[in-house]
Amino acid sequence: MTVHNPAPLLRVQGLTARFGRGAQPVVKGISFQIGAGEAVGFVGESGCGKSVTARALMRLAPEGSSVELGGSVLFQGEELLQLGENAICDIRGRRIAMVFQDPMASLNPVMTVGAQIDDIVRRHTGVGKLAARQRSISLLDQVGIRDAAQRANDYPHQFSGGMRQRVLIAMAVSCAPDLLIADEPTTALDVTVQAQILRLLMRLRHELGMALMLITHDFGVIAGMVERVYVMLDGEIVESGGVDAVFAAPQHSYTRALLDAVPRLHAPGERP
Amino acid sequence: MTTSTPLLSVRDLAVSFPGRNGGAPVRAVQGVSFDLDAGQTLGLVGESGSGKTTTGRAVLQLQAIERGSVHLLGRNLTTSSAAQVRGMRRHMQFVLQNPYSSLHPRMAIASILAEPLQVHRSVPRSAIPARVTELMELVGLDPGTLQRYPHEFSGGQRQRIVIARALAVHPDFVVCDEPVSSLDVRTQAQIVALLQSLQERLGLSYLFIAHDLAIVRHVAHRVAVMYGGHIVEMGDTAAVFERPGHPYTRCLLDSVPVPDPQLQRQRLAQVPLEPDFRAHAGGSGRCVFGHDHHDGPAWHWLGPGHGVSCRYWPPDLARPEPVPDPTG
Amino acid sequence: MTDTRKPGRAAGRSLIALGLFMLLGMVVVTALGPWVAPFNPSATSPDSLAGPSAQHWLGTDSIGRDVLSRLIIGGRTTLLITFVAVAVALAGGVVLGLLSGYVGGLVDQLVMRALDVIFAFPVFLLAIAVVAALGPTVPNLILTIAVVYTPRLARVVRGPVLSVKRWDHVEAARSVGVGEFRIAVRHVLPLVVSPILVETSLVLAQTIFTVTALSFLGLGPPPPDPNWGGMLSEGRQFMELAPLTVIGPACAIVFATLTFIVLANGLRERLDVTGK
Repeated sequence: MTVHNPAPLLRVQGLTARFGRGAQPVVKGISFQIGAGEAVGFVGESGCGKSVTARALMRLAPEGSSVELGGSVLFQGEELLQLGENAICDIRGRRIAMVFQDPMASLNPVMTVGAQIDDIVRRHTGVGKLAARQRSISLLDQVGIRDAAQRANDYPHQFSGGMRQRVLIAMAVSCAPDLLIADEPTTALDVTVQAQILRLLMRLRHELGMALMLITHDFGVIAGMVERVYVMLDGEIVESGGVDAVFAAPQHSYTRALLDAVPRLHAPGERP
Repeated sequence: MTTSTPLLSVRDLAVSFPGRNGGAPVRAVQGVSFDLDAGQTLGLVGESGSGKTTTGRAVLQLQAIERGSVHLLGRNLTTSSAAQVRGMRRHMQFVLQNPYSSLHPRMAIASILAEPLQVHRSVPRSAIPARVTELMELVGLDPGTLQRYPHEFSGGQRQRIVIARALAVHPDFVVCDEPVSSLDVRTQAQIVALLQSLQERLGLSYLFIAHDLAIVRHVAHRVAVMYGGHIVEMGDTAAVFERPGHPYTRCLLDSVPVPDPQLQRQRLAQVPLEPDFRAHAGGSGRCVFGHDHHDGPAWHWLGPGHGVSCRYWPPDLARPEPVPDPTG
Repeated sequence: MTDTRKPGRAAGRSLIALGLFMLLGMVVVTALGPWVAPFNPSATSPDSLAGPSAQHWLGTDSIGRDVLSRLIIGGRTTLLITFVAVAVALAGGVVLGLLSGYVGGLVDQLVMRALDVIFAFPVFLLAIAVVAALGPTVPNLILTIAVVYTPRLARVVRGPVLSVKRWDHVEAARSVGVGEFRIAVRHVLPLVVSPILVETSLVLAQTIFTVTALSFLGLGPPPPDPNWGGMLSEGRQFMELAPLTVIGPACAIVFATLTFIVLANGLRERLDVTGK
């Protein structure tokens, strides 16, 4: 299946995160890596630190707080934790992009979606207005929004939840990033829409050759989307491995407990 | 069908909300009918906008009804006075989704659990503390924490308190509206197990409203699938999940992610049909089965107790052979 | 999540402590008035318009009455009227605000429109008009002020009630079978206490001003009852000769008003009212 590159796209070593000096760390020295074009999943219950880890890679802190990071985050050979604000802003959106859980919270309600995508395109590629708008329309089309040219002039509230998430994904892939981080991208969506968004992410991954870091609490979502999975508990990685191996024979008792607790849609051997 | 009267009988329930800015009214629930027997769980599944939550609240008379009837223990709740309904509430209780907001933030747990007992006067005042302790033990909580406040408990514990409150006056029927959606997966499993054990011990009936089909599979004896305010399929859980009749049910089941990597990869690799169900709301004239219902229910039986609606059925999709009405 | 409100809360705590200390001081001194005041406030003496001395700490007024004693006893009346009037306004405001906000619909409209009529008048003009019409007795003053401030308190209650009545625990209580009255009083009212406390402190501060201003204009409790506003009015004529006859009551008025302002600010910080 996957071959671990000698120099992976992203190598994280001993990452720690704490809110405020002297506070207890919420991420306690974890290490992992993601190869170019690889899809990796982070799974765990709430409070395990998976979202903080994801945001730490982009040096983002959850709303209204400041976070202290330690350890090393090597992205394409660069140490992200030591970059200046300008340098990290250049990377955000262009080489590493993120898709969040709640699209309504991530989209500006008083700007058309076209304008929002234009902004990102122009920020990172410096092209003119017209070229940016053409790119935005083609992106909206690429993520499966019909009548993209017209819909680019609509406001976020005129889209359904699934459509909004597609817009967010369009914004994220606008500059063909090398790594896409998706934090619970389908949790707030209806199950039929979930499947569509997951398929979209898979397709884009293959079309653009992006690596994917998928964070979720849902084992079903992780199962079909990633090649390797990391299980987090209380700020630490307790198990990691190929997704088939971890699901079939979990080594850590916590992973086993989690998998046992997941309700099964069909009894084994039974399918409609 | 059983010959004894069901515990709960809902007929042709409809709920509408006024349209925004004077626009067309929103028909959240459009003619829902079902029965619930004692000691049974009916799962009500659907996506957002299906009307399942509104149905649950309407059955409990917490939501104004446009038409239809709700009979509980033989009494018609829709034609009862407010005081009579309040009296009947000791038989029907509610477990809400959000354990963080459904408990009074400034009341100690002991008071929260005592309140239903005081309101319905079901036990003498002197017996209330004993009953409250009993309730805590029933849901697996430490009675020593009775004087604490909700914010001192975890989400799972709070949901247990909500369940304990619901059971205080020995109800016959509990509406559970997404009772475990905001909880972690292990806590979900614990609460579901608790609900099932309580059902066995106390003979409770549940209307279990959820969007998570796997959980519903686990807890429900019968399941009703809702779409656009209608029930599109209803039957025994095994029948509906293994031999889904309605294309929407099939679509739902196909979309649920399963924790089986190989299987899930296969499913995601297939490009599914995405039929527009809403375009085939149906209603008048001949239905997709070629039948004219003449204002009767748009319903076809597929097997004993298992039926589908012909609404929201794209005409080009396969239709199972309906069987004559088994109720006779 | 870090508690970024902590500095405000600490400041709130100290302000509340300060305010309570000031309030306690005022209340104790005035309550113990007759035993603490060195002289009978109505006792005249030939020693008029005297400056501060060992006997008369704040001097005497135009007919030789001890200023300090008059301040202390006058404070009793002023504070009594203030507290009772605001208590009545609070009771009325809570009942009307809760009723209006919780029941909604026609009742809400009727109550609010009726209160709006009172609200439309400038507080002071309304007070003058009513007292002038009914006569300046202490009960009338209390009633006037209560009526004048009820709409404001009702409004402050109604707002949060409209919001809290939609919260989940209210629906949960209803589903349990709790009656509407009990829900309003036990499940909604306790959660709107914070803004009520803050507003009440502000109203207390304003009432001190209104009471003393009314007395200044001669519409307060009639003589020989001393009161701060009246003292201010009388002392005005002799300001240059005996400044303490004006400064004394002025300081007392400022102190009392400040006490409630400090409390209001402290409560607002501590309870994070503006955040709601």
